[in-house]
Amino acid sequence: MSIVTAPLLKRPGKEWPGHSLVMREPLRLDCGVDFGPFTIAYQTYGKLNPERSNAILICHALTGDQYAAEPHPITGSAGWWTTMVGPGGVLDTERYFLVCANVLGGCMGTTGPKDINPATGEPWALDFPVITIHDMVRAQKLLLEHLGIDTLFAVIGGSMGAMQVLQWASSYPESVFAAVPIAGSARHSAQNIAFHEVGRQAIIADPEWCGGRYLNAGRNPSRGLAVARMAAHITYLSEAALHRKFGRNLQDRKAVTYGFDADFQVESYLRHQGSTFVDRFDANSYLYITRAMDYFDLAAEHGGSLPAAFPGKQPRFCIISFTSDWLFPTSESRALVHALNAVAANVSFVEIETDKGHDAFLLHEPELFATLRGFLTGSAEQRGLTRFWS
Amino acid sequence: MADRSAALPLGATPAVPGAPAAPEERLRRDLRLIAEMIEPESRVLDIGCGDGALLAYLAREKGVDARGMELSQSGVNACVRHGLSVIQGDADHDLDAFPAGAFDVAVLSQTLQATRRPRHVVEELVRIGKRAIVSFPNFGFWRIRLGLLWRGRMPVSELLNNSWYDTPNIHLCTIRDFVVLCDALGTKIERSITLDRHGRPFSLDPRGGLANLLAEQGVFVLSGKSRD
Repeated sequence: MSIVTAPLLKRPGKEWPGHSLVMREPLRLDCGVDFGPFTIAYQTYGKLNPERSNAILICHALTGDQYAAEPHPITGSAGWWTTMVGPGGVLDTERYFLVCANVLGGCMGTTGPKDINPATGEPWALDFPVITIHDMVRAQKLLLEHLGIDTLFAVIGGSMGAMQVLQWASSYPESVFAAVPIAGSARHSAQNIAFHEVGRQAIIADPEWCGGRYLNAGRNPSRGLAVARMAAHITYLSEAALHRKFGRNLQDRKAVTYGFDADFQVESYLRHQGSTFVDRFDANSYLYITRAMDYFDLAAEHGGSLPAAFPGKQPRFCIISFTSDWLFPTSESRALVHALNAVAANVSFVEIETDKGHDAFLLHEPELFATLRGFLTGSAEQRGLTRFWS
Repeated sequence: MADRSAALPLGATPAVPGAPAAPEERLRRDLRLIAEMIEPESRVLDIGCGDGALLAYLAREKGVDARGMELSQSGVNACVRHGLSVIQGDADHDLDAFPAGAFDVAVLSQTLQATRRPRHVVEELVRIGKRAIVSFPNFGFWRIRLGLLWRGRMPVSELLNNSWYDTPNIHLCTIRDFVVLCDALGTKIERSITLDRHGRPFSLDPRGGLANLLAEQGVFVLSGKSRD
C-alpha cells in the first residue's frame, strides 16, 4: 500500500486568510547571515484595546501555523487551538488581542525554504539559512513593533511554542507581562534530537527529495516526509493513550493477513497522519524547523547557566507539564522552575495528570483550561485589564 | 504535607469572577496568627500552602507578593486556578534553588513534621527568608502524652488525625525539641507563640516545661544565625 499520494505543496495564494508583512530591512540571524527582505504571515483574533495592553502572542509548535482558531486553508480541518481560542474561551477574543505568526522557515506564508530566493529566482531549498528559535522570536518582535505593541500581555505556546516563549522571556523580558510555556524545555534533549534526526533522514533518503531541490524538479519527497511525521507522531502520544485508542485492534478485518498491509488500527492511523500531513507541509521546512529546535539551549547561550538566561525583571510565569509527556517530561519544566526560582521570578508550575502524552496541550484537557483561565484572569487583574472593550 | 483542605474556598486575589471572598474570620486560627505577623507589601513564600488560603488572604488584605509551594497536585492546581503563584514542589528538595534572602518571610505551617529532613528544611527557611515563621503540632502536649501513657496507642488528635500507618507526619517533635534544634543550628528565635487546643494564643516561655505541656501547637518566628 502506498502511504501517500500527495500533490506538490500548494503555494500560498491570495485566497488564504490572514495578513502578511514584508520586512525590507535584513534581519541578522544567529548563523551570521543578514536575511531579507522577508515576509511574515500572521493572523489575529479579537481587538487591540486603545492602551495596546491586551495583546497575547500565540507561538505555534513544529508543524503548527498561524491558523490557531479557524479552518486550515489547505486541509479545511479546525484550527489547532480551537479548543482554547474564541469568545469566552481561555484565550478570550472578547478580552484579548491574539496574534499568531507563522515561524520563520515555515511554509504557510512566512518566508521559508520553498520560497523564491531573489538572488537566483529559484526556490531557496538548502540555500535557505539555518534559522534558530531566537531568529523566529526576532522576527516576531519586528512584527509586534509594526503592530505598535511594546509590551505583550502574554506570550503562550506549547512544545516548540514553549521554546519561543522562553526565548521571549530571555531576550525581551521587559516586553512580556506573563509567559506561559506549556510542555516545553529550556533545551532540546539528546533523545529529542535523535528523533528529529530519524525524521530528517527519512526525508533525505527519499529519492524525490533531489538533494533538496524537489520543487525545481517538479517532485515532492512526500513518502519521506510522511515517515518523518509518523515517527514523530508516536513521540507526541503515550503508550497508555495508544493502547486506549487502538489496543491491538485490527483495521476492517477479522484476522491478520500475514503481510505488510496495515492490519492494525494503529498502523492505519499513523499512515493517515503521515498522508494528511504532506498535503500541508513542506519537507525542507521540516528539516529547518526541527534543526531550530535541536539548536535550542538557553543555558548554553548564557555560559551554561540557565538562571543567567533570565535577566532583568522577569514576567509572571505559568509553567505547565503533563504527567505522560515523555518527549518534554516534567523534569524539564522543573529544571526551568528551579532556574526561575534562582532569579526569584514569579512562577506558577502545574503538572497535569493525563495519559494523552505531549499532545495534551492541543487536546480537550479541562485541567489545562482551568489552570490557564485562572492564571490569565489573575494576570489580567494585575495588569489592570477590564473584561470587555466597546 | 499537611492537609489544609478544611480551609474555606479561596477568595483569592485576583479572584475568578463570582468566587466568594474568604472573610478573615474564616481563615484558620494559626494562619490568621501568622498573617498578623506579616508586614504589608512584603515578599512571602508559603511552603506547603495547601489550597492557598493564607496566600489569598495575604495578597488580598495586605498587598503581599505571595508565592506558594505545595506537594499535592490538586492543591497546586486549585491555587493557580485562583490566580495565585504556586509551584509544585516539596520543602525537602525544592528550597535549594532559591537565593539567600529571596523572601522577607518564609512560612512553613503544619508541615515541618511531614518533611524528611526537618533540620535541613529549617536551615533553608532562614536562608531564603529574612525571617521564617514555623508552626507545628506539639507532641509534648498533655493530651498526647496522656493518650500514649493511658491508652498505649499512638496519639490521634485534631491536628494529628491520621493513624500511625498512614500518617504523613514522620518527624514529630515537641516544642522543647524544636527549641533545642534552633539552638543547635544557631538560629535565633525572635518570637514564639503557643496555642491551646482551641487555637487561642497564650504566652509562656517556650523553653519552660509548662509551655511544652499546655500548648497544642507552637508558632515560631526565626531569623538566620543568632548573634548572641
